Order: sequence, then C-alpha cells, then structure tokens
Amino acid sequence: MLEQSKIDKITSDLLGSIRLNKSFMIWMGFLGVSLFVCLGAYVKQLTDGLVVTGLGDYVSWGMYLSNFVFFVATSLIGMLISAILGLSGAKWAAPLARIAEIIALAFAAVAGLVIVSDMGRPDRLLNVFIHGRVQSPIVWDITVVTGYVLISALFLYIPLIPDLKICSEKLDKIPPFQRKIYKILSLNWNGTLEQEKLLKQSTRMLAILIIPVAMAIHTVTSWLFASTPRAGWDSTIMGPYFVTGAFVSGSAAVIIAMYFYRKNYKLQDYITDFHFDKMGKLLVLVSLIYLYFNLNEYMVPGYKMKKFDAIHLNNLFIGGHAVMFWMVQIFGLIIPIILLLFKKMRKPLPMLLIGIAVLIGAWFKRYIIVIPTMEHPFLPIQNVPLHFKVYTPTGIEILVSIAPLILVLIIITLLSKVIPIIPIHETIEQLEEKH
Amino acid sequence: MSEQEEKPKKKTRREFLQQLGIVGIGSVLGSSAILAGINYDKKKTEGQRIRILTAENELLEIEKSDATPVVKTKYENLTYLQKQGRDGIEGKRFVMVIDLSKCQNARKCMSACQNAHHLRPEQHHINVLKMEETENTPPFYMPKPCQHCDNPPCVSVCPVDATFKRQDGIVLIDNERCIGCRFCIAACPYSARVFNWAEPLHAQEDADKTYDVELNVPQKKGTISKCLFSADQVRLGKLPYCVSACPNGVYYFGDENEDAVTNGTTKETVRFRKLLADNGGYTLMPELGTKPRVYYLPPKGKEVPFQEKDRDEAAEHLSHS
Repeated sequence: MLEQSKIDKITSDLLGSIRLNKSFMIWMGFLGVSLFVCLGAYVKQLTDGLVVTGLGDYVSWGMYLSNFVFFVATSLIGMLISAILGLSGAKWAAPLARIAEIIALAFAAVAGLVIVSDMGRPDRLLNVFIHGRVQSPIVWDITVVTGYVLISALFLYIPLIPDLKICSEKLDKIPPFQRKIYKILSLNWNGTLEQEKLLKQSTRMLAILIIPVAMAIHTVTSWLFASTPRAGWDSTIMGPYFVTGAFVSGSAAVIIAMYFYRKNYKLQDYITDFHFDKMGKLLVLVSLIYLYFNLNEYMVPGYKMKKFDAIHLNNLFIGGHAVMFWMVQIFGLIIPIILLLFKKMRKPLPMLLIGIAVLIGAWFKRYIIVIPTMEHPFLPIQNVPLHFKVYTPTGIEILVSIAPLILVLIIITLLSKVIPIIPIHETIEQLEEKH
Repeated sequence: MSEQEEKPKKKTRREFLQQLGIVGIGSVLGSSAILAGINYDKKKTEGQRIRILTAENELLEIEKSDATPVVKTKYENLTYLQKQGRDGIEGKRFVMVIDLSKCQNARKCMSACQNAHHLRPEQHHINVLKMEETENTPPFYMPKPCQHCDNPPCVSVCPVDATFKRQDGIVLIDNERCIGCRFCIAACPYSARVFNWAEPLHAQEDADKTYDVELNVPQKKGTISKCLFSADQVRLGKLPYCVSACPNGVYYFGDENEDAVTNGTTKETVRFRKLLADNGGYTLMPELGTKPRVYYLPPKGKEVPFQEKDRDEAAEHLSHS
C-alpha cells in the first residue's frame, strides 16, 4: 500500500491547477477580446456575403476548408494516444491521455463551427437534417464528426469520474455550487470493486469504439476531395494519407500543450523529460509514415506526368505554390524527423519549437492540398476577373479562420481550470501497482 | 377539491367549442349557398362552354361562368413552380449540339443568357472559351454550357438535394434549398457552376418575384446558379435563350427521344444522331464517365479564322503543363 502522505501530495499537486489566478484572467481576457474582433469579421461576412473573402467561382473552397481539414486532423490525436496506445498497454502515455482527449474534444467540436463559416447560407444549416441525402460525403462527415465529438466527450468524462469525486472532496476555496457540480457529476463514485470494474470496462469499450469513428472522420473528410475527379484530389490513398497526416499535427499539438501545462501548472514531476522523449519518438514514427504517404502521393503521378497532374505538380514543385510546398515538406516534416532522431532534441524546449514548426507546417499542408488543385480545373479559366484565377485570402477571411483557434485555446484553458489535466486516480493506481 | 373546480370549467369550454363549431359550419354552408346562388345566376345569363387544361394534363370542357381565375398566393405559386420544376417534362430527353466550326466568338449567347437569368458580367452559365489543346493543333472557340450529365457528379455530392436531375435530362438548382457549401463546384469537372458571392445584380427589382426554379430568378445571395437549358423556355416549346440568340448557327437543341434537333439560327430541324454521325460528334472528357447531354461537332474547316489577339489567352492553359 502506498503511504497516505504520498497520495496526498499527488492529489494536491494535480489539483493545484484548479484555481483562478491573475495570469489566467489576463490570458482569458486576451483571448476574449481577440475572439470578439474575429466575430466582428464574421458578422461582416454574414451581412455582405462570401464576397468579403478571396474566393471565386474557380477557387471556391479556400482557407476555411483547409482550416476545417486541419481541425479535424488535429482532433484525431485523442484516438491515437488514449485508445491505440492505451489498448496496446503503453503505460507511459497514461498521464497524457487527458490532455490528448481535451485537444481532441476541443478541435473536433470547433471543426463543426469552421465548416459553418464556409457556408453561403448558414441560416439553412437545418436543411442538412431535413433534406439530407445519404450519398453526399458532407452528410457522412456531419454524422461522423458529431459522433466523434460525443464519444470524445464521453471518453473524457468517464475516466474523469473518480477525479471528480476527489475534486469535490479535496478542493478547498471553491464556491459551493462548484462543489455540488463535481459531486453530481461524480455519480456517487466511492471506489468499490464493482465500480472500478465498471469504469475499466466502459473506458475500454469507448477506447475500442473511438478507433473506427476517428478513422471515419478523417477518411470521410479526405473523401470530400477524393470523390471529385480533379487532378491532385483524384487519388485512392487520400483516406490513409489524411489519417497519417492527422497524427503528425495532433502529436505536435499535444507536445505544445504538454509544454505549457507543465510549465504553468508546475507539473514537472508528472510530465517529465521521459514523456517528452517518448512523444518525440512517437512524432518521428508518425512523421515517417506520413512522409511515406507523401512520397506515394507526389512521386507516383509525378513520374507519369499525365496532362492535368503535370499542371498541378509543376505548380507545386516549381510554380506559384513551390515555396510553400517545399517549406512545408522540409521544415514541417523532413527537418523535424532528422532533429528528433537525436536524444538532445527530445527535451522539452527543443520539442516545443519543433512541435510549433510541425503544427504550422501541418496547417499550410492542408492549404497546399486544397487550394492549388482548385486553381487548375480541366477547362481554362477565362472571361472572369483576375482574382477568380489566383486565390488570395482577405483580412476578414484570415480573422474568421483565427477565431476557431482562439475558441480551441479558450476551451483548453477553461477545461484545465476545472478538471485535473493529469488523471489523479490513475496516477495513484499505477503507483500502487508498482509497489 | 381542485378536480371538482376543474370540471365545470371543462364543460363550459367544451360547450363553447361546440357552439363555435356550429357557428363555423353554419357560416360555411351559408356562404357556399350564396356562392352557388350567384353561380347559378351567372350560368343562366351566359351559358358559354370553354375548354381548360388541368395541371394533370386533362382536357376538360366546362361552363365559362364556372371558371374562376385562380389567384394564388406567392407561397402557393412557389410550391407549384417547385413541383413543376422538379418533375420536368415527361417523355422528353433534351440534348444540345454545338457546332464548333461555326462559332465566331460573337458572344450573343452569353449576353442573352446573362440577361435572362439576371447574372453579373463575371457569372457565366455559358462561357465561350478560347481553346488550344496541343501546341500544333489549331485554336478554336468553344461555347461551354452545363453539360447536363446523365451521371452528374454535382448531383451526387449535394448534401441537401438542392441540385437534381430531372426525367427530361436537365440538371437544375433549387436556390430555395441550397445551403451554399459549394461541393458541386468542386465536383464539376466542366467548371459549369457559379456562386452568388454578393447580393445578386437585380436583388431589389426581383425581391417581390416568386422564385422559378426553371429560370433560377430571383437569384439569391449565398447560393449556386447554373445553366438550366432554359427549362422555362423549353416548357413553352421554345428554344433556349443562348440557342435562339446565336447569329452564326452554332447551336442545335432538341429531344433525343424524337431524334430531332433544331438549329437556333436557321430554325432547320435535323436528325440528331445523323448530325453527330456525319460530323464526328463527341462529348467533353468522356473518360470521366459523366455522360454529358451536350455534344460537340469538331472545329473543322472554320469559315472565320481564330482571332490573333485571342491566341495568347488560348495558349495560357496549355503553357502550364
């Protein structure tokens, strides 16, 4: 048995983040004001129409769509860390599971809003439910993304139940209503064997269930593109190409979150260099797989250079999008892989910087997937203004695209202020097993 | 206690409703009797018989005095137009043939179309493209409407059935239902669709008009617009706007089932399949399996040469590869 003093220390350490301090207020204030500005831009778009964006009849999907793909992609990490690593018995990932789930939930929930910002008639959103047609990938996407948000929420909540009990008992200086909410949400948890068993079983069931759903959300998102005949999208590997790419951006997001949670909430004893080292290795692994898919996606058509593939690829390799394309491949993928092979680079600070580079690369990668293809349709673009031929996002578009990121940060911050971001119950349990 | 109090209340309510019902039925009966009386009077005085065609396509003969003009509300009209627009015209399979050897880039088709559908200058349901397919093959002008595919990728991807394929082969867009996701634009290999990015051109003038899905007017902000094969004209037995506007005899339009197409300029009607067979007719990008209903005759032996000033624009698309 573990000494009570040790348990108490763990509990108080991990509950330490749940308090509202000055820096939290400043940070939230900053996020709130930024969100307000971005919403102003969206109101402008609502009144004037999508004409305020850089979109046109040829490049009719732009930054909003690539942003949507990025958000769905990043949300997949919850499934990788909590479900796949958890089920395969990788114990090291247990303290990171909740961070991954918070990221998954935040990104997936906000992805739904991103896609609404792209709609010409958001007021008719309900038409999708009233007149929805099974054969449209958009309907599949809405179904699976909603499903993933729900399952992710459950997957966050159920392992949280014992911790909520701890919160209601051990947290001092919280208002009574908050204590009451913890108590209600903890569903009378008292740690009996039967309850423990139930918790284990349901967590395991969700872990299994979430894998196909997570695969589905990004596969279906890739089919929004792969179901069209356009050069650059008309590819059979789009599904796995997107899913593997998703793990890259998601891992980077978790690494960044780990760094800041650890630093701000003084969790150095719980998120250790060991965890960063492991996450670094995981990032190398998923990046290598993604690199392999990139090779297939670009080299195979590049070897044949069929008429329209050639137009598309020339544009990426040496044409208008070449700088972005190569920056993404080199700084977002190849250099991070090489750097992370060295142990010295898998320390917290270098990992943070690499994580940021990878995440930015991942965002631009989605841009590269969506926009260049639209700029080169099969038939020539003629008799239209120049801005229909070359897509340049407008300021309003950029603001509306930043809004979801701010929302994600708000959700991540808020959640970390009401629940322990490292599972207390599991940490104690794992220590007890060791003894 | 409370139940006892409730009871009498309920009774009075029921009684009230009963009375209301009697009054209602009475007034309906009364007014219909008055109406019948008036009609009877009219019949006596006039006694003329007329023929009317019902919505179900039945020809009936009735007393003229019995016929009252139906003044429908805007909403009723919309429902009717929507149903008619989605049903299409039974027994027809519309096709278009575009003779590229005749096209001189007069662009009368484009302006007629934009006028009819209240489009902005950069919005093209039909677009005359300057084409050059390889370096050594001659350039040519190619009018490009929606191909009204029999296997339309745009219809497959639409999440709300806003764009649909009718029994007569025409692909339409219902801008009362469109959510503006633009998946159809992404899916269309012919770049045939346009979007109302801003408030449409005649938004204010058209505000009171009932939406006709066969004309797609009034256009609506945030929704798709596309070539409709002039479904409204075709319903009247007329040729599409672009076809009748062409001064150079480029367009033929007709019914595949009848195997007859009519030239919009000369009004000459010819056999559809023979026209294709004799002139090497083809469709655009047949390898995509979209099965277009728009056929092209090759730009062979052009009477008017391709304008030198258009050459650069034609070559632009080619130079990318």
